[in-house]
Amino acid sequence: MRQADSRLIDYLRLQGISRRGFLKFCAAMTSAMALPPAMIPRVAAALEQARRPSVIWLPFQECTGCTESLTRAHGATLEQLIFEAISLDYQHTLQAAAGAAAEAARQEAMEANFGQYLLVVDGSVPLGNPGFCTIGGRSSVDLLTQAAKGAKAVIAVGTCASFGGIPMANPNPTQAVAVSDIIRDKPIVNVSGCPPIPVVITAVLTQLLTFGTLPELDFLGRPKVFYGESIHDRCYRRPFYERGQFAESFDDEGARKGWCLYKLGCKGPVTYNACATVKWNGGTSFPIEAGHGCIGCAEPGFWDRGGFYDAMSVTRWGSLKDLAIAAGAGAALGAAASALAYRKQAAAIRREKTSTQDET
Amino acid sequence: MTLLDFARGPAFFAAFSILIAGLLWRTSGLLLLRRRRNLAKVRIRGPVAAVAGGLRAVAMRSVPPHELEKNITFQHFTGYAWHIGWFVTFLFLGAHLPFIRSILGFGWPSLPNGVLLVITAITLGILLTLYIRRLFHPVLRVITDMDDHISVLLTILPLITGIAAFAHWSVFGLRYETMLSIHILSVEALMVWLPFGKIYHCATGLLTRFRLGATFIRRGVRA
Repeated sequence: MRQADSRLIDYLRLQGISRRGFLKFCAAMTSAMALPPAMIPRVAAALEQARRPSVIWLPFQECTGCTESLTRAHGATLEQLIFEAISLDYQHTLQAAAGAAAEAARQEAMEANFGQYLLVVDGSVPLGNPGFCTIGGRSSVDLLTQAAKGAKAVIAVGTCASFGGIPMANPNPTQAVAVSDIIRDKPIVNVSGCPPIPVVITAVLTQLLTFGTLPELDFLGRPKVFYGESIHDRCYRRPFYERGQFAESFDDEGARKGWCLYKLGCKGPVTYNACATVKWNGGTSFPIEAGHGCIGCAEPGFWDRGGFYDAMSVTRWGSLKDLAIAAGAGAALGAAASALAYRKQAAAIRREKTSTQDET
Repeated sequence: MTLLDFARGPAFFAAFSILIAGLLWRTSGLLLLRRRRNLAKVRIRGPVAAVAGGLRAVAMRSVPPHELEKNITFQHFTGYAWHIGWFVTFLFLGAHLPFIRSILGFGWPSLPNGVLLVITAITLGILLTLYIRRLFHPVLRVITDMDDHISVLLTILPLITGIAAFAHWSVFGLRYETMLSIHILSVEALMVWLPFGKIYHCATGLLTRFRLGATFIRRGVRA
């Protein structure tokens, strides 16, 4: 456990980070936050003076993929730099302490930094049986509401914490909800993705440290700078979409030529994330570049939107039984309408005959 | 549930159910109607003659009658042009084919988007021209009712929303998924309206021409 009492620059210096390395980090973060280059000195000056923030990280219904993504995505990185520089006072996966000692450390850090610490949450929160997800015998809702009280801001890491995620998938057996469904009185940043891109959380932390503010958010509470454009908009396969050149299967000629994966179910056009620009594994590639369509993991409800391999133009038909009922109802209405017409016709013919007889 | 999920899921299912039910309702209602006995003297008898007469009527009524050719040629051929353009766009756009394949179980190659964009633009241009002409033409204006307005607008809407979705136009700042949802919903509106408005002619147009020809040939009239 580290104490949140030293300056960030001192800690980095202790880690052997050179001035050049620090400025490179500031330049990269300024660029990632879409700020002009003139802001680099300001970011550097602010970071130099910044205190190492205390961070409490609560894991609920999650797979630890988000932690893996943020800590082990690639070697000695800028993300790792800042991630190690924060005072991570409580994180199940990474901390050495366990059991009652870990819980005591969390309680101590929360009291010592009340109103100042950042609360990072990964995983959805079950509202069903409190026993579905507990830490130290306390339910997720209880832990979250208590920790959120003294938090400066809450960062929901991953799609589970942001929007409910896989645990929320139909029929949602644990009645899982997102963090924002429970915490209403604190600023929340959703860093969605399954898992999210590491640089996004670093940038959010950097912005908080440098400007003391949260980044501008979209209507889903995600930083606009990373979630402002769709993957499709920035996809290198976009020109093939414009020309109508689509791969029909994963091993056909179109796929080998790198054509658009729309017909293979790519959800890039409706998914807003920075995968196509920031990429993964140290900027090596992203799923579409590896030949697989985007599954839309940064969007709410991606888990219940039909098959990952169904194109977006494919609709859902419901059941054949329901359609048969509709067809039957239509045929019955038609029969009833014609029967009514039959009766009216017969009555008209009778009237016609009567009037003809009367005339004769 | 997002608008796109709604458009792709329950709304589509509801629209498709109404389409099926509506088509069966109106068509079975028509087929089951009692018809008066034909008292006309039979001049040409037999099923072969009836079929031949029916097919002849279908063919003859698919070209402008010679007497009216000068007056209706524009309307006639532009009508053909936009119908063909509309269906070519629907059947051969790459993004539509997964939808068609999901219904039929098979598909076919798509046309290049550049070609389809031109076809769609021409189709849309013709439709708008014909609609404006309908609004201002002294005769057409008189015989146009609300059914015509709704039918024409519901035919045009999928084209406009489709182009906007395809080209990723951010109309009023709307995002792609919203435009795509509106496009799908516009098609669903067309599906719902189809059995009840004049667009129902797509189900009965050729059949009524055929029946007319088959009935007339019995009396010796080549319709």
